[in-house]
Amino acid sequence: MSDTGTGIGARVKRKEDQRFITGKGNYTDDINLPKQTWAYFVRSPHAHATITSIDASAAKKMPGVVGIFTGDDVAEDKIGGLICGWMIHSKDGSPMKAGPHPILAVGKVRYVGDHVAVVVAETKDQAKAAAAAVQVDYDVLPHVVDVAHAMGHKAQIHDAAPDNRVFNWSIGDEAATDAAFKSAAHVTKIDLVNNRLIPNAMEPRAAIGSYDSGMDHYTLYTTSQNPHVARLVISAFHGLAPEHKLRVIAPDVGGGFGSKIFIYAEEVVCVWASKRIGGRPIKWTAERSESFLADAHGRDHVTHAEMATDANGKITGFKVHTKAAMGAYLSTFASCVPTYLYATLLSGQYAIPNIYAEVDAIYTNTAPVDAYRGAGRPEATYVVERIVETAARELKMDPAEFRRKNFVTQFPHQTPVIMCYDAGDYSAALDKALDIAEYKSFPERKAASAKKGKLRGIGFSAYIEACGIAPSAAIGSLGAGVGLWESAEVRVNPVGTVEVLTGSHSHGQGHETTFAQLVSDRLGIDINNVAIVHGDTDKVQFGMGTYGSRSGAVGMTAISKALDKIEAKAKRVAAAVMEASADDVEFKNGTFTVKGTDKKMAFGEVALSAYVAHKFNSAEIEPGLKESAFHDPSNFVFPAGVHIAEVEIDPDTGVTEVSSYTAVDDFGNVINPMIVEGQVHGGIVQGIGQALAEGCVYDAESGQLLTGSYMDYQMPRAANVPSFKLGFTCTPCPSNPLGMKGCGEAGAIASPAAIMNAVTNALDVKDVPMPATPHVIWKTLQPMKKAAE
Amino acid sequence: MPAISMKVNGQAVCGEVEGRTLLVEFLRDKLGLTGTHVGCDTSQCGACVVEVNGKAVKSCTALAISCADADVTTIEGLAQNGKLHPMQEAFREHHGLQCGFCTPGMIMAAVDIVKRKGKSLDEDTIRHELEGNICRCTGYHNIVAAVKAGAANM
Repeated sequence: MSDTGTGIGARVKRKEDQRFITGKGNYTDDINLPKQTWAYFVRSPHAHATITSIDASAAKKMPGVVGIFTGDDVAEDKIGGLICGWMIHSKDGSPMKAGPHPILAVGKVRYVGDHVAVVVAETKDQAKAAAAAVQVDYDVLPHVVDVAHAMGHKAQIHDAAPDNRVFNWSIGDEAATDAAFKSAAHVTKIDLVNNRLIPNAMEPRAAIGSYDSGMDHYTLYTTSQNPHVARLVISAFHGLAPEHKLRVIAPDVGGGFGSKIFIYAEEVVCVWASKRIGGRPIKWTAERSESFLADAHGRDHVTHAEMATDANGKITGFKVHTKAAMGAYLSTFASCVPTYLYATLLSGQYAIPNIYAEVDAIYTNTAPVDAYRGAGRPEATYVVERIVETAARELKMDPAEFRRKNFVTQFPHQTPVIMCYDAGDYSAALDKALDIAEYKSFPERKAASAKKGKLRGIGFSAYIEACGIAPSAAIGSLGAGVGLWESAEVRVNPVGTVEVLTGSHSHGQGHETTFAQLVSDRLGIDINNVAIVHGDTDKVQFGMGTYGSRSGAVGMTAISKALDKIEAKAKRVAAAVMEASADDVEFKNGTFTVKGTDKKMAFGEVALSAYVAHKFNSAEIEPGLKESAFHDPSNFVFPAGVHIAEVEIDPDTGVTEVSSYTAVDDFGNVINPMIVEGQVHGGIVQGIGQALAEGCVYDAESGQLLTGSYMDYQMPRAANVPSFKLGFTCTPCPSNPLGMKGCGEAGAIASPAAIMNAVTNALDVKDVPMPATPHVIWKTLQPMKKAAE
Repeated sequence: MPAISMKVNGQAVCGEVEGRTLLVEFLRDKLGLTGTHVGCDTSQCGACVVEVNGKAVKSCTALAISCADADVTTIEGLAQNGKLHPMQEAFREHHGLQCGFCTPGMIMAAVDIVKRKGKSLDEDTIRHELEGNICRCTGYHNIVAAVKAGAANM
């Protein structure tokens, strides 16, 4: 830690907070451009239908209407459709069957909320009124919204996939796994549904697109977690304009959780259509109901899993079959979520010699499904931790000790499903969690609850996740269309202040603070003399953005590498000024010294010397002090931990109270514990939401979204959750110089299984579907009550 | 369009509104006070909470015209003479915000809780009183800590 108390490991208060607590944040919807117009989208009211005609003649005469555009206009301008950037091959070798995904519907609509036409008008109200006057005639087609029954359903969603199956993918050794099951002493089986969730970042998506005819240049403000990726896709695949003719700005973004990774139709339409209306800016801000309908959803898996154990309680085999909903179209990274982000984590924290998993990705007439906080890893953890808990119960073993018996203890550990775990100490986290959760005295608390007529349960989740997906060459060989490195540029100003331009994007993570802590620590300068610049493709070099808990392990490592170069160059400058050899110059706490002398220079003096360039030969040392780096990690990072939930259920009402929640996590080295704890808290509550409250429901008969507002989709509120008990262990990550893992998704990955293991423990049942709402619990209890009577 | 006037953050303001113009639209679009946010269409999320005549109001649910002549305080008006309000300070001190989108509404609601319930607040009270405000980032843990500390310092 640095002397200033703002370095690595310090609980530095966030630099970005001043603007947010005073109402001075700058979110996309806060921005208004001169001559701006408003867009409103005409959306499909049907789950599946052929468009027979679109008549906008009456709407065009409505007050304030500037233009109305449909898929025909998009086709006329040769603007391409939305893409899925990860090619998955089925186990028979055939490529995934992707149907077209136009930015405005062509011929057909495939889910309620599908984008059919856009109305552009002088005001938002005028655009909305005119949109209601656009007459669209539909021939309704059969639809299917339920992933369990969509394969081979008579509703055929895309011509490219006649049975609605996008791919049938597998991983692991099927024959070896089957053999392990044949010799098993015990086999545990479970059927699980991972409920569909709607991400619900509090800031609805928004975009402002504008075209400058004088410069032949487009600008797009958008709520994106990765503005460079958005620019690349809009340029290279939609074909709007080459990258140097398109600027994408993602200013303050109000939460993402994955849902703002993707390139969506609305933002492409706004920036494209601006040229159509003579370059006037077009603004669109989603109403919350549109967020429910048309943001990419998460999860939606139906899984059957079997686990083989030997006579000593050692896991010998694991078989998983999952049906994963893709929704009506393949969203930007949809295909990698139930495959390489899911089944590669099925070994959990356990030494399992044989694993085989098969995944059917299936179209349904619903909003597209893509990465949502954890992206595949919560689904994997849910399967692993529910079946491990169930196996322990069936084997009458303590669930903690069954886990411990099967933990990976030697590192590196190669799993049968690609991943090579580099470092960890899973027993240490378990011990700490048992201690904090006061596991030993649980029976007393259970008895006390029983006295009150309440059912108490305890549940474990020993999760592992893989963050910082890499290296690029490896993921490329698995089908990724992009590299997953990160970039940084460190600009030292002549007065010694620093700007860091990072390809990462902050939408709540606090990068403006943590990244500055790294720089302050390394250069020995005041943290207030460091500015973090991100989110603007005109300012920042190409970068990959923020998702998958990658900004610390990958983004900060890129900054660290650039700082290495800064230090090396500054040493050369300092050596020249102090008339010493660069090899004799040392740098510590912001001061350059010459070994064996009393010569010294402060960092700021060296920076000034680098720019005035009076004291060195410019033929040998270039003036200036600015360096950049691209970092491509050599491996994933593997955060892991043990979470323990305790719940108390009222059998009369079915209400579940989370009585206590313990989280012990190993994130390697931590830059700012305050921020890391905040990430854990938020993740846990998203997971508790999934377990007890949130569930996206489409009506099977009508295909309508029934949970389309906060009155129907239950978000966790303050009174639904407790305060949390956190602990940390630390095994530094060996694959990056900072020893960091990722912390952004751990809570959401671990907590659904911990909560549901506690709920099923309290009720003494094998499974309860998520969300375990009071109604679900009450229904579960009724036959048990009757049987007891 | 009718013209209305009101006092916002201590300053007299006026503007033309339609009958359907919401208070939040008047604040954001006419006055440029974009600190007050819209997070939902159904008066559920609380990102738009402001103070009207001393009471917390969801400004997405009030018509601007119904607030004619009212005294309105928004998040921009909470700090006085360049000094943060104790509740603002407490949110920073306790890391009670991440993306910042719900924060203005949370802080305005928290100030109102203290006005109604006093400066000594227990965790249960805070959690139940915050039921009209949704945060997706923090898991509420640090918001509760911030409200408790902010209340004590008010």
